[in-house]
Amino acid sequence: MNSNVQTIISSLNDGFISNCIIFVLTLLMALPLGLIICFGSMSKFKPLCWVSRTFVWIIRGTPLLLQLFVVMYAPGLLFGIPISSRMTATLIAFVINYAAYFSEIFRGGVESISKGQYEACQVLGMTKTQAFFKVVLFQVVKRIIPPISNEVITLVKDTSLARVISVTEILMCAERFTKQGLIWPLFSTGIYFLVFNGLLTILFGRIEKKLDYFE
Amino acid sequence: MNILEVNNIHKSFGKTEVLKGVSFSMEEGEVVSLIGSSGSGKTTLLRCINFLERADKGQILLDGELLFDADSDGKLKSDEIRKKQLNFGLVFQDFNLFPQYNVIDNVMLAPKLLAKQNPAFKQNKKQIYDAILKNAQDILARVGLSEKAQNYPCQLSGGQKQRVSIARALALKPRVLFFDEPTSALDPELTGEILKVIRSLAAQKVTMVIVTHEIDFAEGVSDKIVFMADGRVLEEGSPEDVIHNPKNTRTKAFLSGLKDHTN
Repeated sequence: MNSNVQTIISSLNDGFISNCIIFVLTLLMALPLGLIICFGSMSKFKPLCWVSRTFVWIIRGTPLLLQLFVVMYAPGLLFGIPISSRMTATLIAFVINYAAYFSEIFRGGVESISKGQYEACQVLGMTKTQAFFKVVLFQVVKRIIPPISNEVITLVKDTSLARVISVTEILMCAERFTKQGLIWPLFSTGIYFLVFNGLLTILFGRIEKKLDYFE
Repeated sequence: MNILEVNNIHKSFGKTEVLKGVSFSMEEGEVVSLIGSSGSGKTTLLRCINFLERADKGQILLDGELLFDADSDGKLKSDEIRKKQLNFGLVFQDFNLFPQYNVIDNVMLAPKLLAKQNPAFKQNKKQIYDAILKNAQDILARVGLSEKAQNYPCQLSGGQKQRVSIARALALKPRVLFFDEPTSALDPELTGEILKVIRSLAAQKVTMVIVTHEIDFAEGVSDKIVFMADGRVLEEGSPEDVIHNPKNTRTKAFLSGLKDHTN
């Protein structure tokens, strides 16, 4: 294999596209799923509350690495239905894992809104749904931006875990060159993550600033 | 005829009985002040009348008609409660403005959401919204905040915030407007502007019930003073009678305690 700089970089680029795909799709699916789990764990209907909280306990209480293995191999071993692709398995594990963390962030945000806001809505004749979507939700969004940005930045780095089930992401690509005696491609993957997270940091900073006009 | 009649309201939290059978009534255009020491049940009474708490026992009558009866309405659906609730407005001690909306949007939010339930909303959207805007502007002028319409709550002083919350309650044209210690969260130098607004509403014959510790203000603005202690009404009557010639020893003790405190 001809390992000139150009091919190495293009191989790393290709690998990083997988990381980006995992990142974007996980975010798009885990945020709404997290909101649903959050409603579940705040529900007054006890069984739903228990199911949601147990789910969060299991997912947060075990390593994402292990969850990747379980999603990848358990369906085939236990039920004889092998999972269709490695990327699908990765996405399932990531979405479930991140949704659990997001749900707790959402719950903290929703519970931090004072009872007075709901009562003001109530005496103004709003329904509970109106109170949540017209008054509470936006205040929650403002409050959870910092913890969410933390989680999102962690997600960027976690995408490289997908290599344990042989998804060709950037670290896996770089390690191929290590076997040929080249270590710098592996080290330079750090730049990809740094740049990506730098951009996210700027983006979240802008969002925070945008929401600065109230409170 | 009485616009509002509250009849034998009981309310317990766990084993603590906070309201032990409270009754009072008022006529349209009247101002009633509820006074009494902390823990006497004034705020709980307001919360029960405004359906933030469900009374265990008792009735609320509006225009002589039964609005709420704890015996039959204890398990009412929130939708039905909401309709009843709209007869009343409540101004909170700590304002509870919606921080992400500017002043005029705070005032217009609830009327706009209610307008959407109007079957004719779709055809007349523009007229309805124009009317809501006009109404909100008029009300802001009444509380002296026209120039602040575009400001956000965090840019206002405590007194201005409380005036916005009064405007927000007025925008739904409640039959009776309730105030829960409207000046207690304010610096002393800011209470004056709120009291002035309430006085001007009284002059415009807005029917109001005010929970307050400002006895001088209550005396000046009220048609009737109700003194509560231990979850009961111990004395009620004209400000002259209750404040200057109290008959009940508890009322006397409460009022003289206040005087000692202020002197």
